[in-house]
Amino acid sequence: MPRLRSAALVAALVLGAGVMLFPFLWTFVTSITPSGSLADGPTLLVEDPTLEAYRTLGDSLPMTRIVVNSFWIAAVTTLLQLFTGSTAAYAFSRIAFPGRGVVFAIYLATLMIPLQVLIVPLFIQLTRLQLNDTYFALLAPSIASAFGVFLLRQAMDQVPRELDEAATLDGANHLRIYASVVLPLVRPALATVAVLAFMSSWNSYLWPLVVIRSPELMTLPLGLATLQGRYTTQWDVMMAGSVVSIVPIAVVYLLAQRYVIAGFAHSGLK
Amino acid sequence: MTTTAPAMASTTASAATAPPTPSPRRGGRRRQLGWAVLFLAPSAVPLLLFSLLPMGVSLWVSLQQWNLISDPTFVGLDNYRSLLADERTRASFWHTLTYIGGYLPLVYAGGLALAVGLNHTFRGVGALRTAYFLPVVTSWVVVALVWQWLLNPSTGLVNHLLGLVGLPQPGWWTDPAWAMPSVILASAWKDLGFVMVILLAGLQAVPQELLDAAKVDGANAWQRFRHVTLPLLSPATFFVVVISLINGFQVFDQVDVMTGGGPAGASQVVVGQVYDLTFRYGSAGEASALSWLLFLVILAVTIVQVRGQRRWVTHA
Repeated sequence: MPRLRSAALVAALVLGAGVMLFPFLWTFVTSITPSGSLADGPTLLVEDPTLEAYRTLGDSLPMTRIVVNSFWIAAVTTLLQLFTGSTAAYAFSRIAFPGRGVVFAIYLATLMIPLQVLIVPLFIQLTRLQLNDTYFALLAPSIASAFGVFLLRQAMDQVPRELDEAATLDGANHLRIYASVVLPLVRPALATVAVLAFMSSWNSYLWPLVVIRSPELMTLPLGLATLQGRYTTQWDVMMAGSVVSIVPIAVVYLLAQRYVIAGFAHSGLK
Repeated sequence: MTTTAPAMASTTASAATAPPTPSPRRGGRRRQLGWAVLFLAPSAVPLLLFSLLPMGVSLWVSLQQWNLISDPTFVGLDNYRSLLADERTRASFWHTLTYIGGYLPLVYAGGLALAVGLNHTFRGVGALRTAYFLPVVTSWVVVALVWQWLLNPSTGLVNHLLGLVGLPQPGWWTDPAWAMPSVILASAWKDLGFVMVILLAGLQAVPQELLDAAKVDGANAWQRFRHVTLPLLSPATFFVVVISLINGFQVFDQVDVMTGGGPAGASQVVVGQVYDLTFRYGSAGEASALSWLLFLVILAVTIVQVRGQRRWVTHA
């Protein structure tokens, strides 16, 4: 490419990235602007920055609790999906049981069921079991994900079968082969599943909205949305809440970028 | 060890199947079945309880009149009939289609431009890709709040900038005519990086020899893009379109936070209506029926696309 044209291209791309990232900067700037000066018109250089909005945020919601909830719900969801996904993937990849094709097809079919078809009946089921407004209700629909099974099975199918045969000859049973031969060799796929599970749990809104009422059981998106009803005009508080919600997931993304992008590219889940 | 293991395996196999038919193969199969049950149970139980069972329950509920408090009454297909006759259903499907119609061209054109631009090697290209992708990992709730603030009609930054250059300042999410465009803008911002990543992967699979050959044949840059790159990009395009439509029909989070379906129902989408029917109007039967109608629409649209791909998707 001619040098001038490529310089123009790079300049345009950098400018575009600036525009794309600007809302993040603006969110942060608003969160440290004194609420009184918000109406005076936008400014990037805040004269007297303050953490007042973060304090208001903490006073109006059990914020620490909500952040901790979001973290551990996302962590538990991730561990559960790694466990349920990898065991099922192992069965489909390595155990020749009758009806394997049919069972796998049923698993794949559950991928097509959208959450919005499930909210009413799941809500009814959990109400019957008196499990609404509990941590269990938050976790229930994401204990197993057929998508994780699918992705891990593809990875396991790539692991040479000679390895298990050698292990079998050495007296290893399926549990041993699963844990010490196959799992260590599909680490990238496990990382992809983990990152996707963590992110979708961290960002999930509709399901918590349906089952959670108590503020101390809320996760961040639900907490923020409730806050919105109370502080419609206090943008500094809303933006402080947004910052608290963005920073952790942005750190996860920057650390595990490769797996995040691989996961999104595979799934189209958002 | 290696010599005794097969011997041990055969003794246990014959022991398991001993009395009726002493076939080692059947014994092996039964034992494989045992292992399969052990390995599948952790995922099969939750999928059965929290996916397949509710799917069935939903179908049953859709045939009842039920406010979730008193006993349900069987009403057959009445819920479906009343929904199809209801103007609000038509409106929410129309709003959902408007959303898709605004969102998809925007993210596709933007994503394609970015993918083409970032499909070069220069210093810092990785950092740029990282930057463009960052909104994708942000939650819909946060995206909606941030854009509600940016597009605030009186004190928001966007209207301030529009005012500086003398352009009209719309009421954005507070104006029925601008509510859906506001949602579309916020959604496109979030998903641009996603489409970029998919298309970038597609572009990287375009063989350089083909482009070189076209160049030798005298094709200019636009002709190479139009007749070589775009056709080879069609599988990635197909993926983007299918996924965007599936997700687009289910749009809810950002609408709920940004506009709550308003003002005056101007941006009510189908899933919003499902939610309101259940939790606001106590009509779980209609809500379930509507979610099934939506599911069938998504299924039909997806099948049509998969069938139709032969006509425009090139597989290299």
